[in-house]
Amino acid sequence: MLKGHFPLWEVFVRGRRGLDHKHIGSLHASDADQAMKSARDTYTRRQEGVSIWVVRAEDIHASQFENDASFFDPAEDKVYRHPTFYEVPEELKL
Amino acid sequence: MTKNHYRYVLRLGDNALILGQRMTEWCGHSPLLEEDIAMANCALDHVGRARLLLSYAAELEGEGRSEDDLAFVRSDREFENFLLCELPIGDYAFTMARQYLLDTYHYHLFTELVSSSDETLSAIAKKAIKETTYHMDRSRDWVLRLGDGTEESHERMQVALEGMWNYTEELFERDPVDVQMIAEAVGPDPEWLHSKWQADINATIKEATLSVPEKKWSLSGGRNGIHTEAMGHLLSEMQYLQRTYPGLNW
Amino acid sequence: MVDVMSFTDEQCQFDAIIEAEEKIEPRDWMPEKYRLNLVRQMSQHAHSEVVGQLPEGNWIGRAPTLRRKAILLAKVQDEAGHGLYLYSAAETLGVSREEMMNDLLIGKAKYASIFNYPTLTWADVGAIGWLVDGAAIVNQISLCRTSYGPYARAMVKICKEESFHMRQGYEIMQVLAEGAAAQKAMAQDALNRWWWPTLMMFGPHDSESANSQQSMKWKIKRQSNDELRQKFVDQTVKQADHLGLAIPDQDLKWNEERGHYDFGPIDWEEFARVVKGGGLCNDARLEARRKANNEGQWVKDALMAYAEKHSRSDVDQVA
Repeated sequence: MLKGHFPLWEVFVRGRRGLDHKHIGSLHASDADQAMKSARDTYTRRQEGVSIWVVRAEDIHASQFENDASFFDPAEDKVYRHPTFYEVPEELKL
Repeated sequence: MTKNHYRYVLRLGDNALILGQRMTEWCGHSPLLEEDIAMANCALDHVGRARLLLSYAAELEGEGRSEDDLAFVRSDREFENFLLCELPIGDYAFTMARQYLLDTYHYHLFTELVSSSDETLSAIAKKAIKETTYHMDRSRDWVLRLGDGTEESHERMQVALEGMWNYTEELFERDPVDVQMIAEAVGPDPEWLHSKWQADINATIKEATLSVPEKKWSLSGGRNGIHTEAMGHLLSEMQYLQRTYPGLNW
Repeated sequence: MVDVMSFTDEQCQFDAIIEAEEKIEPRDWMPEKYRLNLVRQMSQHAHSEVVGQLPEGNWIGRAPTLRRKAILLAKVQDEAGHGLYLYSAAETLGVSREEMMNDLLIGKAKYASIFNYPTLTWADVGAIGWLVDGAAIVNQISLCRTSYGPYARAMVKICKEESFHMRQGYEIMQVLAEGAAAQKAMAQDALNRWWWPTLMMFGPHDSESANSQQSMKWKIKRQSNDELRQKFVDQTVKQADHLGLAIPDQDLKWNEERGHYDFGPIDWEEFARVVKGGGLCNDARLEARRKANNEGQWVKDALMAYAEKHSRSDVDQVA
């Protein structure tokens, strides 16, 4: 760790009960406790949240751009996963 | 309502106002960007609290004054805040040590004021206790981190505590105002607050690997309008516009 | 791993995303110049927010009422928050906040030149909210459609939060304009001093702006400097009329044919001088940031030292 360089933390906030935590931004902090308090002060000062997660950015594994084609395109032709694919009598409201 | 009741609420308002004014000095100048934001949040809580308390004090006084009259057109001798609130901000160790000592004081005070016989004060305390619980958690974190951080931060934190220690006894003095408020179940006994406060502070100072300073003198006077020289400068800045252009709307 | 995509494939895909008005995201391939252009613009934007705390911060201690003090403090705090959002967004491009901050402190990176003008009276706080934030909003609303995802998202959030900034400034001006003679004079004086620097905020004329054209092509910028400046003038004239204050420009008049206001020539020499360091507050602004940074170093060192000693987290580990 470079002297005085704080790790980057990603911040996720649950807007209100019933909703998922959503990525809202990031910040720098020396430890989880400080990150949590800074997240509270930075990202919920307009009542944007009822719960916060902070995650060290380096702990997040992301899919790679180079893999996009092999990762995501094969889902393209699986149209039968979607309800609109099927023809059933409309009046039954299936 | 009595004069003592007015002064009791006024003192609470003055503490919030003067400390809040000091905290705003960090805005744009604090050691971390995250801290600019966090410190401003706490300062906003203090300014908000000052507004509630000074409005209520003005109401108790019954002379038609407003929160702004009390904040901006009283002279040094009429302010009744603790001296500890008005001391210059110093370095970040001094600032956070002072916050912690006062947050802890306010935490115990507001906890008691929630059950005050004065319903307005009780309502203000219910709001303030939520804010203060967070403030204290935060400033305690800072005392621990700077106390148990580097050699330099440890030294600075110890120096900060030494520098303000002589002003702490004033927080727990009991004068006729307090005696009457205790009798009327408006406010708690400062001595009781003192024991709670001391236990918390000692534990934190120990955990922060610091030592509890020795008290050489007890410096006080703020509650009777006898202030440090820093106070006049704070007020001349804070009151500048209202003094230059008396009686206007802003 | 086989390199499945040639350079041109990547470039084509990038171009197609831009063309389709979709967003470029952090891990996407992007031309190096696109990345550098973004880093420059976003860090400059972030620095502007952070330095922008200072001129208004100059009046928090002197705010005339407790209500105004709270509003101004909340407003200046927002600027710090916006700086943080923007640094965060810029960091997704592989540049650290320290690097960006360092470029600011050594005078390499720029920030909005308007903040090098002094706030001399309380009316300046009103004028900044009304004019400077008003101009910033015109620019930032346009940037909500910028092609880089994290920048666009930061802009959306910032625009939402800034909506009160301009209104609080205008309210200050309104109270002054309706107040005592001294207050009205104060308001007019502030408008006189802030009007032209505000018009300069939109940057050089389109014909003079080299960065601008490339940025438009990449959809980093969505509207040109002159378009945005015109939009600002058009919307501000009636706001000044409503206050009963006079915009300090004798050439300002409605042009029926264009459907816009014509306005007088901008003093680009003054602009260049202030950008290069010749404003009344250039030195003071940078000095304040350097001081905060230098005096903050021991604090940062202490926090890191503590974190290393106490690696166990007190925060509940749940998800």
